Amino acid sequence: MSESTTPVYPSTDAVLRQAAAWRAGGRKAALATVVATWGSSPRPVGSQLAIDEEGNMLGSVSGGCIEGAVVTEALEVMDAGAPRLLEFGVSDENAWEVGLACGGTVQVFVERVE
Amino acid sequence: MRRELLDALLQARTAKKAAVLVTHLADGRQALVAGDAVSGDLPLAPADLAAARQALRDDRSGRLSESELFLQVFNPPLRLLVVGAVHIAQALVPMAQILGYDVTIVDPRPAFATEQRFPGTTLVDEWPDDAMAQLAPDRRTAVVTLTHDPKLDDPALTEALKSDSFYIAALGSTRTHAKRLERLRAAGLGEDTLARIHAPAGLAIGAKSPAEIALSVCAQMTAALRGAPPLVKAEAQQAAQ
Repeated sequence: MSESTTPVYPSTDAVLRQAAAWRAGGRKAALATVVATWGSSPRPVGSQLAIDEEGNMLGSVSGGCIEGAVVTEALEVMDAGAPRLLEFGVSDENAWEVGLACGGTVQVFVERVE
Repeated sequence: MRRELLDALLQARTAKKAAVLVTHLADGRQALVAGDAVSGDLPLAPADLAAARQALRDDRSGRLSESELFLQVFNPPLRLLVVGAVHIAQALVPMAQILGYDVTIVDPRPAFATEQRFPGTTLVDEWPDDAMAQLAPDRRTAVVTLTHDPKLDDPALTEALKSDSFYIAALGSTRTHAKRLERLRAAGLGEDTLARIHAPAGLAIGAKSPAEIALSVCAQMTAALRGAPPLVKAEAQQAAQ
């Protein structure tokens, strides 16, 4: 691997490898995965976001609209252990805070990396 | 996700082997299906296993209907075979890598296909028809010829056209392509076969620099992959007239 410090666009593999690297380095980590979408959604099913215990993240599950909320949930999942199935859409009461501007709905599965 | 399952998945990715991760969304139990091997703490019914293998063939992740199972497909990366380690290739290769392609460069000319010009990229220094036969393009492979040299481009295209590669393109002007078609016709290739070649390669975005031409090729390759309406230079030019 290159020693370059230039930021590189993360592939799907890079997201998984980052999660594995965080765990190998003794950090808590979680993975968030888009498991279903309805209507317009910025990222397709299978898109992933890796999160560590400090809230660092790599990848995406939306166009930036819900990552903040997903990270908050992920930090709780890292401590509690049980996975969560989240749903985000304009029908949420918090639509203006964490909803999708595009009007779609996404289901995101958040799991701890053991 | 259990570490050993994540490690097994990453091993499959490194080995460029197809795998499906099956997750029970209610409790997080998981199974990894890689080839004939199934691992993890989630037992799979024969019907679920069959659905996982079908998802792999369809290259489609998603929730299984009327169940709590989510199937995540990890197919080996798409491939791009670039014939000609020329200046445009130095832009095309990193762009395609960002798009997720596993890129191989074919060029028998030692001055072009060097590690220095293409760090970390697979280089094949064989004659293009031999290289193509070995690399065996399939429906998840694109082939782009960039040399402008009939001795290199023609055998590569002839071999690629025997495959079900989803995108075959050749760099060169409309006049260059007309001559190329004459040669390939004389060699016995039919019109339907020749019509598969996107040439001049790339979408009509007025590209001038090598990087811009690489961008137009990446855009056209993506359109072919995703089944967008064909927009080739010839059609755009006709539309403009």
